[in-house]
Amino acid sequence: MIATPATEFATDGRRIGPVLMDLRNITLRFGGVVAIKDISFDIREGEIRAIIGPNGAGKSSMLNVISGFYVPQEGEIWFEGKKRPPMKPYEVARLGLARTFQNIALFDGMSVLDNIMTGRLNRMKAPLWSQAIWWGRAEREEVENREQVEKIIDFLEIQNIRKTPVGRLPYGLKKRVELARALAAEPRILLLDEPMAGMNVEEKEDMCRFILDLNDEFGTTIALIEHDMGVVMDLSDRVVVMDYGRKIGDGTPDEVRANPEVISAYLGVSQE
Amino acid sequence: MEFLYASEVLVNGLMAGVMYALVALGFVLIYKASGVFNYAQGVMALFAAMTLVGIMEGRVPFAHLINALFGVHVSHFGWTVPAFFGIALTALIMVGLAIAVEKLVLKHLVGQEPIILFMATIGLAWFLEGLGDVMWGADVKVLDVGLPQGISDGIEAATNDWLGYGFFIDRLDIWATVIAAALVAGLVGFSQYTKQGRAMRAVADDHQAALSVGISLRFIWIMVWSIAGFVALVAGIMWGTKSGVQFSLSLIALKALPVLMLGGFTSIPGAIVGGLIIGMGEKLFEYFIGPMVGGATENWFAYVLALLFLVFRPQGLFGERIIERV
Repeated sequence: MIATPATEFATDGRRIGPVLMDLRNITLRFGGVVAIKDISFDIREGEIRAIIGPNGAGKSSMLNVISGFYVPQEGEIWFEGKKRPPMKPYEVARLGLARTFQNIALFDGMSVLDNIMTGRLNRMKAPLWSQAIWWGRAEREEVENREQVEKIIDFLEIQNIRKTPVGRLPYGLKKRVELARALAAEPRILLLDEPMAGMNVEEKEDMCRFILDLNDEFGTTIALIEHDMGVVMDLSDRVVVMDYGRKIGDGTPDEVRANPEVISAYLGVSQE
Repeated sequence: MEFLYASEVLVNGLMAGVMYALVALGFVLIYKASGVFNYAQGVMALFAAMTLVGIMEGRVPFAHLINALFGVHVSHFGWTVPAFFGIALTALIMVGLAIAVEKLVLKHLVGQEPIILFMATIGLAWFLEGLGDVMWGADVKVLDVGLPQGISDGIEAATNDWLGYGFFIDRLDIWATVIAAALVAGLVGFSQYTKQGRAMRAVADDHQAALSVGISLRFIWIMVWSIAGFVALVAGIMWGTKSGVQFSLSLIALKALPVLMLGGFTSIPGAIVGGLIIGMGEKLFEYFIGPMVGGATENWFAYVLALLFLVFRPQGLFGERIIERV
């Protein structure tokens, strides 16, 4: 087990627990291009952890490393006190890491409900024969899972589109369905890749509210990537700042805002 | 009378269509889940039928090879296996084949162009054909799993009393229709209402998203190839019973192509409807137009119909709409 530090409380009284995931000296290369250079940081239970940085800083690569889509050449990933061996993305998902994608990866041909139910596939253990005759464990499981999914649907306020094929939905709602599918897995860590990208102001506000409520009501640990600086500062407990594959800042939003390197790299670039 | 005769042709055409649909179904399953056009589907049906005959007759696999290598004369074990066990065993062998295909072929071609995967399945088709011959011999085999055959006297008598014209309908065709319907219902139920089926649809839709919810692509591929193997077995049994187990059985795959072009490569209902239309169309065409052009239209009708579809509706009746984004 982890040497647990005393539970801390965020400023608003939420419980921040021990370190859940620890990334140590991660380096990721694509051929000669170094996408991530020797980055270390941790994610603690119950917090909202943001990774920010200008375009091409390596944020998405970082998220792909965490979720197993990329395997780093160097460095270690510790999850729940154990070193994680190199894994396939689906194995990482089964560990309890659910994610969304920057450019939405949903099952377009399936209904909203079916999409969200796929998030619970790994919680269904009933053997095929039991599913075939729809009796015993299979029936119990399906009912339980449907209840959970309905809760999530209520929470994200998408009741009215439950039966709609996802392909027909507008962008903002697709993003919400993708979040619902990730939530359905009841993840230990929820990874969000630019949850607000391409949204209008109203949709952004909704998404912000959902993320905060999730964290507040269910204590979900969230790691997110975003390049909308304002949004990040309002949402997160701690922020990692990346630039050109390096970590240039790490701390509370206030600390990061005051960091001169961050100001020159991030704000400096964006003002040009 | 003319009308009744035409209806008889129609019914027979529909039943032939069911047989085409059975083969097309195997293609659709694999194409949907992995984007691979499995050229070997027809040979899989042949291989499955050969294996079933071999097991049921108690033939020694690789008999010729063993005889040539060791100078012995083995051919049969001297027992026969009941149809049910034979079918179950053959189904297991098809699962084994699916695992082998995934481990030896597909795994190494992940992320390659579709044309490369297609070429790989052509290779697989040749290999399987050879393997079948080496294992069970190249002779024409008789397959009899106990399905009733011949003209149904009951239907002929009933229609004769009722309409004054006796319908000639093969009992095997009736059974094929019933079994195909059950198979399709089973497949639809499986893909709609089970966890594995949901995972299969998910993989068919988006690989990346499927991975992110914890679905193992390799498991799904093995599963889909196993199911396609089972469908091939059913098709092999039907066609093998009808016309004997021999090389020409693998050519039924060619009849499945126009069915797929009509129904769409990605739709299970499409495979069924496409099969029915082709089966019905070619029989009626032969009946009405055939005499005017010298007959034998069944050889080319399906392909011409498919060509017309390619011109006017390339995605098929039920295929996913092709949208060009600019």
